[in-house]
Amino acid sequence: MAVRAARELHDGDVVFVGIGLPNLACNLARATHAPNLVLIYESGAVGAKPERLPVSIGDPALVTDSLGVASMSEVFQWYLQGGRIQVGFLGGAQIDRFGNINSTVIGPYAHPKVRLPGSGGACEIAIHAKRVIVVAPLSARTFPKDVDFLTSPGQVNKYGTRRSLDLPGGGPVRIVTDVGILAPSLEDGELELVAIYPGVKAEDVKQKVGWPLRVRRDLVTVEPPSAEELHLLRDVLDPDHLYL
Amino acid sequence: MTMREAISRFVHDGDLVVIEGFTHLICFAAAHEIIRQKRRDLTLCRLTPDLIYDQLIAAGCARKLIFSWAGNPGLGSLHALRRAVERAEPAPLELEEYSHFGLVARMSAGAANLPFWPLRNYRGSDLPAVNPQIRTVECPYTGEALATVPALNPDVTIVHAQRADASGDTQIWGLYGVQKEAAFAAKRVIVVVEEIVEESVIRADPNRTVFPGFIVDAVVHEPWGAHPSYAQGYYDRDNEYYVAWDEQSRETERLERWFKEWVYGVADRAEYVKRLGSETVARLSAKPRISAGVNYGY
Repeated sequence: MAVRAARELHDGDVVFVGIGLPNLACNLARATHAPNLVLIYESGAVGAKPERLPVSIGDPALVTDSLGVASMSEVFQWYLQGGRIQVGFLGGAQIDRFGNINSTVIGPYAHPKVRLPGSGGACEIAIHAKRVIVVAPLSARTFPKDVDFLTSPGQVNKYGTRRSLDLPGGGPVRIVTDVGILAPSLEDGELELVAIYPGVKAEDVKQKVGWPLRVRRDLVTVEPPSAEELHLLRDVLDPDHLYL
Repeated sequence: MTMREAISRFVHDGDLVVIEGFTHLICFAAAHEIIRQKRRDLTLCRLTPDLIYDQLIAAGCARKLIFSWAGNPGLGSLHALRRAVERAEPAPLELEEYSHFGLVARMSAGAANLPFWPLRNYRGSDLPAVNPQIRTVECPYTGEALATVPALNPDVTIVHAQRADASGDTQIWGLYGVQKEAAFAAKRVIVVVEEIVEESVIRADPNRTVFPGFIVDAVVHEPWGAHPSYAQGYYDRDNEYYVAWDEQSRETERLERWFKEWVYGVADRAEYVKRLGSETVARLSAKPRISAGVNYGY
């Protein structure tokens, strides 16, 4: 997933990075096709170049050798709301067929079955980043037809479409999973299977989501990770296997 | 001033308390003193409640929590918080929930002495439906509907910093999160520092100052006061402690033992650091990465 997510990044993108796989993906992209990627963390580190894999989003290694340190007010008001962020990475406990994300509660809000951590910066990243990339392994539990709580808006939900809500960013455009890649359809914004990993059958992918998954007519099979990508990930970027 | 005196004078039962710091400079020493002095009915506010508020909640100090992301970073749940929310143990806990941007905006309004702060956010999210404090206002210039959040003005904000002079002129480097907003928004400010320095040290590098002493009520010298959080240039985050807390906090009996050993069983931070031991201190102590000075001349 880290390799696939890395390939979604363009050279020069300003990326709002989360911890874990997105962080690895960004470092891989920077070591391969996107040397001018700018990493921004919600903690305030701008142009971070961490020498070690950060364990938290506020790791001191994000500051050492960075381009700058911003207050969180600047990060959210000027960088994100100011329209300076091209890519935001999000994950979540539930992602529905329109890419709406729930990271708040499973079950009803007042009496949750599971109390999750909450939005953090997710809601505003989903609203403002030009492109949102969601990274999550595919399973019917994580990908239900509807989410229990709308923490971060996707392409369409009960409040309207991104256009009718006048949301400035593009919302989730790529859902990178462990078996293939989903993307919103151009007609109605519903997620459909657009790319599949070698050896995976579309029929098997359909079993892993909670709605009748459409398969795009020009479904592509993605290139497997190259030897260089695997070497960088395993031996250079995550030698202690913190995330792999 | 000692931590004991600062907490006793400036933190009262029923207060709205902010101890900020985004991963960096979280003042655990102040929280432990609040627990020792048995403060009750506090409304605790932080973007990320983190272990520090999990401990205050477990100790029964809190009535309400205002937050935007409540987890143990990279590890999952805060167990004491979940027990309080799901089972009202040791006491019920009221939640008021925002996103990071919303809570940052509340502190910005508080610091600026405005009644609310507008932001382009929350459209298409369920958050306003469960938090009536998130409202909208029509922009008088464009007619656009903007989300608003009310000002937050804490009774007391506690800021950990690398250094200050004796009157509280405070300098931070590395991540400073919403420390400035939280301090300027507060009625009372306690500053806790790794080092007290001469005023001339502050004056030699004025761009590093986050706020002046005239908004500060108490200055406490407490080396390692942010452990298991970190202080850039002093000590690293104790990630092992964060991992251990996940187990430590699951059962109340184990937690009781932990409180006896690390909070009630030590008189102050100095004793805590002694108990931490030289091995841990050596493991976490920062390696030097000195920044060159600049020319302030004219």
